[in-house]
Amino acid sequence: MDDLGLPGLDTGVNVGAAAAERAARKDLPVLSVRGLSVEFPTDDGLVHAVDDMSFDVYPSETLGIVGESGSGKSVTSMAILGLLPKTARITGEVQFGGKNLVSLSPKELQPLRGSKIAMVFQDALAALNPVFPVGNQIGEAISVHEKLDKDVLSERVVDLLDLVGIPQPRDRANQYPHEFSGGMRQRAMIAMAIANDPEVLIADEPTTALDVTIQAQVLDVFERIQDRTKTAIMLITHDLGVVAGVADRVMVMYAGRQVELGTVDEVFYKPTHPYTRGLLASLPRLDRRYENERLYRITGQPPSLIFLPSGCAFHPRCPYADLNGVCVTDRPELREVGDKGQLSACHFAETLDEREPVPQ
Amino acid sequence: MTTAPPLPNVDTELALPAGAEPVARSNWQLFRRRFFRHKLALISIVVLLFLIVVCFGAKWIAPYPKNQTNLLITPGGPSAKHWFGTNGVGQDMLTQVLYGGQISLKIGLAVAFFSTIVGVFVGALAGFYRGWLDQGLSRLVDLFLIVPELAIVGIAIQRLGATDTSFIIVLAALGWMYIARVVRGQVLSIREKEFVEAARASGASTPRIIVRHILPNCIGPIMVNATLAIAAAVIFEATLTYLGLGLQPPATSWGILLNQAESAVTSTSQFYLVFFPGLFLVVTVLCVNFLGDGLRDAFDPQSEH
Repeated sequence: MDDLGLPGLDTGVNVGAAAAERAARKDLPVLSVRGLSVEFPTDDGLVHAVDDMSFDVYPSETLGIVGESGSGKSVTSMAILGLLPKTARITGEVQFGGKNLVSLSPKELQPLRGSKIAMVFQDALAALNPVFPVGNQIGEAISVHEKLDKDVLSERVVDLLDLVGIPQPRDRANQYPHEFSGGMRQRAMIAMAIANDPEVLIADEPTTALDVTIQAQVLDVFERIQDRTKTAIMLITHDLGVVAGVADRVMVMYAGRQVELGTVDEVFYKPTHPYTRGLLASLPRLDRRYENERLYRITGQPPSLIFLPSGCAFHPRCPYADLNGVCVTDRPELREVGDKGQLSACHFAETLDEREPVPQ
Repeated sequence: MTTAPPLPNVDTELALPAGAEPVARSNWQLFRRRFFRHKLALISIVVLLFLIVVCFGAKWIAPYPKNQTNLLITPGGPSAKHWFGTNGVGQDMLTQVLYGGQISLKIGLAVAFFSTIVGVFVGALAGFYRGWLDQGLSRLVDLFLIVPELAIVGIAIQRLGATDTSFIIVLAALGWMYIARVVRGQVLSIREKEFVEAARASGASTPRIIVRHILPNCIGPIMVNATLAIAAAVIFEATLTYLGLGLQPPATSWGILLNQAESAVTSTSQFYLVFFPGLFLVVTVLCVNFLGDGLRDAFDPQSEH
């Protein structure tokens, strides 16, 4: 995997400048994913949900993972926690605390879940048990891993609710999920996830079900948590605005593969993959006037994960594709583009600007 | 148009006075409210508690000692001395009905308790693990459902001896399947809920997930079916004993009293020998069913009348 030139590999070979900088600071990744693939055998064929993913997550950083539905964002996070159904075929490695999580049995994974790696779910109403008060459930998340005195436990729960910005935490702890507003429920979920000071927090579309003001509050909670602890956050979303706001680095996924990985500034200002360009171009911008024109859109549909297009999976929709050549025949590997550690999986990553986009 | 009055300051002027904050209503409070709205269930639970108290307190309440015969008095209908009348051997029927209730209610409650435990256990395992375990357990349920209950219980009671303990064992062994089925269905649907996955993601073990996260969500159907199991067991005991396949004197239960009264009723008009034990039996079963109804409504948050 080392030839991918991933930042942070301590092999010292072929590391980008950003990685070198990190190495100088002796920052080691808290979580390293290497060559992770997930396949689901179905009656219609093998679904390649995640294909050869490799990335690192560092302490205190927020890694945004973006991509459309079915691009493998959630499956990746589920694979890390070992929450995929038994039918899933998982290969590759997920290195965490000196262990390969993929090879661990459910029994060995259990003590890690919720204490070292925690997860925030998208739909907090569904993810909270309707028959217990919210405080109980947060307490339960703690007592799974740590036996505490009842008073100490309830104090801790109140502190957590306070930390995530829930007013009157003492009263609120005794209320049921249906008595919470959407934003408060999501914050309660976050309180539950950070209850054991995890090293990695996976947030799977934590703000998708919320309106914009509540989104901002929830994202603010994430930042506050990160200030307190050195928790690394993997923020899965399809909202580029959220990523731009809170993430340090972004990983863009398409059809189960990484297509681009870099810092937010790099990816947003100098995207090196046509798919990222398309995503960014399809966002309405405040600093532009639109005169009777439609927003940019990426034509076509996401490909079937059973019958992936040959070569680059994005080539049928790509305005820059060389349809008679390498894009159709060769699968582009994720490689370093430029010298700042930005990674892209496009044959023409360096020369996109020189290519003439074909209107589709 | 006059100028609009200034808007009140949200923080200070609109603040609620102390003590007027909205009160959070817990599930338990909502449950209680819904249950209390069900008048029949409310009456039923009072009647049932009354029956339980008088039957199990028979030692202190009953006017005569258990099974005491008095051949000197003529069998007769209800009177001031014998409210429910006396039977052919001069036993006071009120006393007999109360002591009989002890056995009948004990059997009903114990059978409901044990069959619920077994049913919940089997149903939870089948529903949670699915696959071959579910297949096996579900076929076992089917098997128990198709056996001719009356014949099996009759034979088993003869084998084990006609005691209340053997009744409890046999009826519980034949009564758990209904709850198992209901719980299996509930668990099957609840295990797919996101909060179960969230519990798994927070590191909860499988037994913990089943006991702490899934079963509390099935409490409604479990309670309803447990109450129905009480009624079923009480009736089953009475039926069997009435047919002569169950308990035998000197033990006494409502079934035995009905069995003993049968000959008396056909020859003479001693209606009271059937009426009072029968009344207690019917009232118990009816109340238990109403209670089940009330619980069903109370546990269902959508049943807001």
